[in-house]
This record gives sequence, C-alpha cells and structure tokens, in this order.
Amino acid sequence: MPDLLEIRNLRIEATSYPPGEPPRDVVLVDDVSVSVAKGKVLGLIGESGAGKSTIGLSAMAFGRGGVRLTGGEIVLNGRDIRTMGAAGLRALRGREVTYVAQSAAAAFNPAKRLMEQVIETSLSHGLMGRAEAEKRAVMLFRKLGLPDPDNFGSRYPHQVSGGQLQRAMTAMALCPKPDLVIFDEPTTALDVTTQIDVLAAIKEAIRDTGVAALYITHDLAVVAQVADDILVLRHGKKVEYGPVAQIITDPQEAYTRALVSVRSIDHAEKPEAPPVLSVQNVTARYSGTNFDVLKNVTLDLPAGQTLAVVGESGSGKSTLARAITGLLPPSQGRITFAGRSLSANLQSRSRDDLRELQMIYQMADTAMNPRQTVGTIIGRPLEFYFGLGGEEKRKRVQELLDEIEMGKGFIDRYPAELSGGQKQRVCIARALAAKPKLIICDEVTSALDPLVADGILKLLLELQAREHVAYLFITHDLATVKAIADKIAVMYRGKVVRYGSKTDVLTPPFDDYTDLLLSSVPEMEIGWLEQVLAHRRMESAGN
Amino acid sequence: MKMPLSALIGLILTGGFLFCAVFAQFIAPYPVDAVLGGVWESPSATYWLGTDTIGRDILSRMIYGGQITIFVALAASLLSFGLGSFLGFLAAVRGGWIDQGLSRMVDLVMAIPSLIVALVLLSVLPINLTVLIIVMGLLDSTRVFRLSRAVAMDIAVMDYVEAAKLRGEGQTWIIFREILPNALSPLVAEFGLRFIFAVLFISTLSFLGLGIQPPLADWGGMVKENKDGLIYGKSAALMPALAIALLAISVNLVADWILSRTTSLKGGRGA
Amino acid sequence: MHPILKLVAQRLALGLLLLLAVSLLIFLGTEALPGDVAQAILGQSATPEALANMREALGLNQPAYVRYFQWLGGILTGDFGTALTNGQDIGQAIGQRLGNTLFLAACAAAISVPLAILLGLLAARYNGRWPDKVISGLTLSTISLPEFVAAYFVIFLLTQVFPIFQPVAMVFPGMSFWERLNAVALPVIVLVLVVLAHMMRMTRAAILNVMQSAYIETAELKGLSPMRVIWQHAFPNAIAPIVSVVVLNLAYLVVGVVVVEVVFGYNALGQYLVDHVAKRDLPVVQAVGLIFAAVYIGLNILADVIAIIANPRLRHPK
Repeated sequence: MPDLLEIRNLRIEATSYPPGEPPRDVVLVDDVSVSVAKGKVLGLIGESGAGKSTIGLSAMAFGRGGVRLTGGEIVLNGRDIRTMGAAGLRALRGREVTYVAQSAAAAFNPAKRLMEQVIETSLSHGLMGRAEAEKRAVMLFRKLGLPDPDNFGSRYPHQVSGGQLQRAMTAMALCPKPDLVIFDEPTTALDVTTQIDVLAAIKEAIRDTGVAALYITHDLAVVAQVADDILVLRHGKKVEYGPVAQIITDPQEAYTRALVSVRSIDHAEKPEAPPVLSVQNVTARYSGTNFDVLKNVTLDLPAGQTLAVVGESGSGKSTLARAITGLLPPSQGRITFAGRSLSANLQSRSRDDLRELQMIYQMADTAMNPRQTVGTIIGRPLEFYFGLGGEEKRKRVQELLDEIEMGKGFIDRYPAELSGGQKQRVCIARALAAKPKLIICDEVTSALDPLVADGILKLLLELQAREHVAYLFITHDLATVKAIADKIAVMYRGKVVRYGSKTDVLTPPFDDYTDLLLSSVPEMEIGWLEQVLAHRRMESAGN
Repeated sequence: MKMPLSALIGLILTGGFLFCAVFAQFIAPYPVDAVLGGVWESPSATYWLGTDTIGRDILSRMIYGGQITIFVALAASLLSFGLGSFLGFLAAVRGGWIDQGLSRMVDLVMAIPSLIVALVLLSVLPINLTVLIIVMGLLDSTRVFRLSRAVAMDIAVMDYVEAAKLRGEGQTWIIFREILPNALSPLVAEFGLRFIFAVLFISTLSFLGLGIQPPLADWGGMVKENKDGLIYGKSAALMPALAIALLAISVNLVADWILSRTTSLKGGRGA
Repeated sequence: MHPILKLVAQRLALGLLLLLAVSLLIFLGTEALPGDVAQAILGQSATPEALANMREALGLNQPAYVRYFQWLGGILTGDFGTALTNGQDIGQAIGQRLGNTLFLAACAAAISVPLAILLGLLAARYNGRWPDKVISGLTLSTISLPEFVAAYFVIFLLTQVFPIFQPVAMVFPGMSFWERLNAVALPVIVLVLVVLAHMMRMTRAAILNVMQSAYIETAELKGLSPMRVIWQHAFPNAIAPIVSVVVLNLAYLVVGVVVVEVVFGYNALGQYLVDHVAKRDLPVVQAVGLIFAAVYIGLNILADVIAIIANPRLRHPK
C-alpha cells in the first residue's frame, strides 16, 4: 500500500532581491524525498534556513511570498498535488491536510470568536453540520486540556493565553478530521514549563485521532518525543533520514552527530572565590507602576566565574541586569562591584565602574550600529577608555578579532555583512576591549542556531579561562546553564527561589518551581515525555 | 547602486528647475515686467509660450516666477526642517517635560489645517516675503517635528544606543554618532516632501491673492493673473500650473527613490 | 462603565478641550500678534482719529482676556458679531453659505468615498500587477497637484477642449436640486480628483497590511475561497483602518473646498473667508476659521472613535 504522503525529488526555488543587486533565483530545497505513512509522525529538523517550513507547506502545495515548487512530485493520497489546479487545492487544504503555525497568536483572526474559526473548515468544506462540528470542537478542547471546554470557544483570541491558543490551533487543525497535520514549530514560542504541556496534549491528540503529522522544529529533543521518523535537513538538502531511535542513538552523519551532542559541553564547577559582584536585597519597579519586578534579590558572583540566572519570561531576570547596569535604579538594596559600592544611577558612576562592567545583548543585530564598521564598533571602547588611536587602535582591534576567532578582513565590514554568530562574536570583542571584570550576558545564545550557540559558549569559556572575566549569564535555557555555570540562581516572579553552586542547585531535593522547571526541559531520549508525565501524575496522586 | 529611470528623470528635471531659478537673469529672453506684445498672444518664435493678460512674455515671467517660487519654498522648507528636526531630536533624546510640552503644542497646531491657520495669521500680518517664509516654515515644522521625533525615538531604544549609554558616552556622541547617521535617509526624503509642500502652499496662497504680491511674479500668482483667459480658450494660465505640477512630481520621484533605498538598507540581508 | 464608553467619552472630552485651545489660538493669532490691528486694517495712511475710532470699534481698549471671553461667550450663544467691512451680521452670513459648502463637500464625498475604496481594493487585489501600477501612477501625479492647478486643468479640458460644462459654478437660492447638482459638477470633479488619490492610496495600504497578516495565510490554508477569505477574514479587520482613512480624508476635503470655491466663484464659506482675509476683516476671519477648525477636529475625533469601537480587544476586554 502506498504511503499517505510521498515527496519525491522535491525542488523549491524563490526569487531573492538583495538590495542594490539584480534579483536572482535561490534554491531553498534541493532533491528531498520523504514519505509519511497513515498515522505516522515525521519530524523535520534543521537550523534556520534549512528549508523545513518550506517543505512542510509544500505538502499543501503552498509557497509563502515568491516561493515556487519547481521540481519533483508531492503525492498525497495517490495524486500529485503539484499538478492540481486552484480549485483542487482548495478542496484539499483544510480537508486532507491542515496546518498549525508557530505563532497561534498571529494565526488567529483577532475579530472572530475561537469557535467560529475552529469549525470554519468543517463547515465550508461541507464535512459536517454546525452542531456536529461544535460538538467535535468541544471534545477536542477537552482532550487538549483547555479550561472550561464547553465555553472556551466563545472567547476571542486575545482573551486566552499563548499556550492555550497553541492548543486551540491544534484543535482547529484536527476538527475537520484531516489525514495529515503540519505542525510548524508549535511550541517554540512558549516557555519551557508551558511547552511540555502543549507537547503532551499534541502527542495525545495525534495518537487518539490516528492522524499522520509532519512535525517541524529546530529542537531535536522535542521531536524525539513525538516523531516516528526524522529527516535532518541543512541548507535545503537532506542530511540524514531514518527512524527516530537510529537518529538519536546512532547518527551516521557528522552534522547529525553534532546536533545530537549539542549542549553537551562539559564544564567543571570552579571552587568558591571572593565575589566581584554582590547584590544585596535589591528591589526594583518600573516608574509609573506599583508592582515590584524584583523582590529582595540577593546574589554573589565570584571573580572569574559564571553565575547563571535562569527563569521564564516575566521572572525578572532581565530586570536584574538593568538594575546592575544602572539603567533601572533599584528602590531598595545595594550593589557592590569590585570592592566598591556601585552607585544606583548610571549617570553618577565612575568611568572605571562603566569600563569594568560590560554587557552583551540577545539580539546582536540591534546591538551594533548598522552605520559603523566592525573596526569602529570594537575600536570605540579602546579610544574611549584607553585613549588609543590610529595604528595602535587598529592593531589592538585586530588582536581582539583574532581572540574571537575572526581573522583578517572583517575589520572594515559592516554588521549587515556578517552572519548571526559572527555578529555576536563582534559584540563579545567590543565587551572585551574594555578589559572588564564582569560581562552581563543577556540571553546571548537564544537567537542563534544550536551549533552556532555552542561555538559562542565555547568561546566564552575559553575567554574566561584566559582573561579571568566573570559572567552574569541570563538565560531561559537550562542546557546552556549546565554548560557554562559555576553558580546558579533560579528566578520566579521577581524572586530568587533557589541559589547556590551548580551542583547544589541541580541536585534534589528541589523546591516545587525548580522541580517543575528542571523536569520540563526536553531530553534527547525517547520516552522522556511519558516518563515525566507519569512521574507527575504519580506525585499529584500522592498528594 | 543602479538608479531607476523614474528617479533619474526626477533628478534631471529638478536640476533643470533649480538651474533656471538660479540663472534666471541670464536665461530669460525678456525682462520680467516688459509689456511687449498683444494680450494673450499664442506661442510663436518670438514668444515661445505666448504672452499674458497684459502682453508680457510668459516664458520670461515663468523663469523669474520660478526663481521666486523656488526661493520662497526652499527658505520655508529649510526653516521648517531645521527647526522641526532640531526640536524633534531634542524631544526624543531628552524626553520628560520638554517632550511633553513640545508635543502638545504641535498637536494643537496640527489640529487645524495649515491653510486655515495661515489665512487667519495673514489676515493680521503684513504680507511680504519674510512673513510668508516664517509663517509657512513654522506651520510646516510641526510635521517635521513629528517625523524626526518618531525616527529618533525608534533609534533611541535600540540596544546599540543603550550600549553607548552604558559605555558612558555623552549626549553629543549619542545624537551625532549613533542616532543621526541612522536617521539621515528618512529625513532627507522628508526634506523633499516638505519642499513640495512649500511649493504647493506658496502657490496656493499667491493664487488666493494672499501670497507673493505684484509686481513680483510667482507661478501661483501667474495662474491668478491669467485665469480669465481660459474662458476664451487662452491656455496662458496652464503654463505656470504645469510648472508647479512638474516640479512637484519631479521632487516626489527623487524623494520616493531615497525612501525606497532607506528601506532596502534597513531590510539588511533580506532574510 | 464599559471600557469602550469610557474611552469614547475621554476622546470626546479631549476633542472639546482641543477645540477650546484652538479658539484661544485663533484669537491670539489675530489679536495678540505684534503690530497694530487697527493700523493693519486701515493702512499706513490712516488718520489718528480714524485709528482711534477703529480701536474703539474693535474693543481694543479692553484687556485681551476680556475680549476673548466676550468673543467665546458670543459664539456659544450663536452671536458671531458683525463684519467690520459692511456691518453685516456674521452668523447670518455664515448661515447662508455653510449649506452651500456642505452641499459641495457632500457631493464630492458621495462620489470619492466609494470610488476610492473600490480602486483601493482593486489595487490591493492586483498588488504589483498592471492595474495596481496604473492606479498608483495616476494617483501619484494627482497628489502632486495643488487644488487650483487641478481645477484649471479640469476647466480647460471640460469647457474648452470638450465643452461640456460651464466654467462658473453659481448657485442661487431657489434653484432646484438638479440645477444645483449641474452647477457644482465641475468643482465636484476637481475635489474628487484631489481627495481620491490620498484616500485610495491609504485604503490600498490598509488592505495590504491586513492581507499580509498571518491569519489570512491561515484562512488560505483552510482551503477557503478567495471571496470567503476577503469577506470573513480580511474585511472585519480592514474596516476600521479604511473608515478612519476615509474620515481623515474628508477632513482634508474641508480644506480643499476653500480653494475650489475661489476658483469657481462659488458663493460659500471658503470664498467668504478668503475675501475677508484680504479685507482684513478680523471678526469674520476668526468666526469662519473657528468653524473650519471645528469641522476638521470633529471629523478627526470621529475617526478615532470608530477605530476604538472597531477594535475587538476593546470591545471584548479580558
């Protein structure tokens, strides 16, 4: 029996319009073949630009913007959908194949109630009557663990949370009883403790409805929980294709091995040392609000070591950085830095205070002035703090570029001519140029692909060993924490709920929140999701 | 970078208009006020565009008229641009009560159409070149203020500006080295639009008899002088009207091009 | 109180406050500027007695704030004062002309609004293809035309090249509706031309903005027909921006009317204003200026209120 979906030698092209150059065609996907059997889940995995979303949408013969399917066959239920006309495709979309987008918040029409949107496909394709469709929608809401399933559909999209919208979108995709659902990074935008619930809900819904799925993600650990087979993609080409167990435990290609072993940097914790930064009872709020975003935070960061501050969105971890840098003067508490008491306000800090405390941002794109060259960007702190100029400055900039493993030829380039990883390296060099004692790293690897992020982490560790610089490392990603931290502070709703050496923090017994957070991080292990869920059910039954 | 044809045409025409305006005295075939021929003569080898309502050479008057129109519009747009962008940047960088005060004042002036404000003011003020330039410049500076404030605000929240503040840079560096280079292209395009607006504004005022006063001639005033000829099929009034439209379109084309270049730069690598 | 009512009430209160501030601005602009108003009215050759009489007539001997409140109080009770030039009652003069201005503006709006929305839809539907390019090119050139230039092109074309219309738009009391319509045909064409371009460009932008939303892609991936995508998903979200575009351009129309009335010798409020600016008849200028400002502000508030009401986040709060 032929598979439900068979893609053979798919080729996808698009026209790119680089500024100042004539438009040219680029190949997004080249010679990719996969198949999905009824009721099976295929994971598509790769970094940004690997073509995984493009392939996913091709199963609906849909190309975003100027994307064109230029070669190969896409056979769904025995017909090549590339040859179908507009009417045929409309009949197919929403009936045989449905789609779950990464940002459900944007994918729902803000002007219509959820129920209308969830049952719309079933009604407009004439698959069922309104009453039957609504009944099915409520059933799906219940199955997906949405609150008050009977009345959930009467709400508007802005009235429910992000995690709930993502489940509602899954309900919308499953309502017309399709053969195949495309999940396009459905949990990427969610916090890790929300992600696990949505992931479990999606997995259960897939199993119970017997639908087949294409599951697109950049996170191998996530896809290992839901997929039967995995296709690893890079630059639009197939790298490796096989059953999930083989890909995880016995990857054949070097690139797959790198993906599997990503975040397995080992970093031995350093012994206790005198602190370079000491935060005592700091409380802070934004002007015009009556809510403390930081509540009585106390932390020490030993010189030359890394303190990782972990938390989810809204935990106050970035606010902590703003309080330390002086951008948001705390309403209470004191901060000691390099043995001196640090003035709360940025304006009244000494030049040495400013120099020795540097910052690296999440988005390297916006952290560099697009009108300045790499040489100017890295050279400015040299000029500003040390009075270097001319040849001397240029020589030092080149030394710094060598340190971040970017050789000759970058000094006169503009940020727009660099890759994401290179941009972040330049930001690191700019911070290093000031010879700081402490660098605050605010989610510096979150916007990068895993392998690139790994490179940045390794570089940071090397630089720490060489320059004896301390890092306050703010992140939501626990794998990164394990890779780089000496000490860890877990933040939740403006408070530090757990704090100590890496080993202490990561060793049970845990407080409730840390337990939830740690156990929610997907592990590269088949069956992890079931184990966690079973464990949680047991505990809640025990209580 | 390759220039699109439309921008090239716009640039050439704008250049041509400017050239005629600067060298009017050398280009115009006849003096501006000389009564030479009959009333509303048709275009001929002697009078290329014909003669006007009292027999003056239209071409000559249009060249001189262009000088005045462009001079007044340029002066007014320089005033509006200088004042508006300075205050806009100030409001964006300093914030607080300076921003609040300036913004509310601009809101108030912009709550009434510029033409109505100008008419109200011109009912009291003596009508001469200086007054016209100041009134138009002040009124239009509100628009420049809003744009430059918005542009500067967008840039001021960028991480690289925050990084400069954390480094300890002074306000001069932040405005001139971090913000201004990134605000330049939209502001240059805006200057073109402000200039067009000033050309249309002064022409309209002159047409209403409240702008440039005789014996000086500008394009709007020339339309007014010759408008009655239209009823008799004399197209004299259309020549200066055409000049106004052509100048406005040319500058528009150039401004459009500058603006599209800006957005493509912002788009970065097209990812 | 429902949050929407509260927001709308706030917006209305703000509008009233703005109108008050504008009245002050108009008053100060005419009365507190440097230079002697009486001198400005009578000219350099005026005798000292004449100047003194004029000051007396203008009430210039009283402090400015007293005159402001007298003026404002008069307007609130429907008394706009008398014109300096002919002693006519201003309120009466405005009453006769306001109707003509509104008739002209209403005719122009009745044609331009549906046409602009239609063309905007067309341009958005064929975004980047030839209908879009043709429409956008034509509108770009009309945007660059001041009202009076457009007017004379139209006059020349429709009275000389193709003699269809009369070049003067006279309306008299006692004319029938159809006679009036015929009389205002040319000025209406000009106003439509001038306002259409802005309205259509902004409508196009508003629709394209909505059509690029992720929820439109969702609708397409549901396999819905293009009409259903537009009516069920694009339209409910585009209606607010389109309505505010339309209303904002109606405010623009109010200004365009002033110039067009002068071009066609159309006896209405704009013509009245321009005449009396030239005659430096301050009470008339103040009164008519305030009326134009009030209409303009009123339309802007209306646009804001519609945007508030159309926002589902405000209509259905969490």
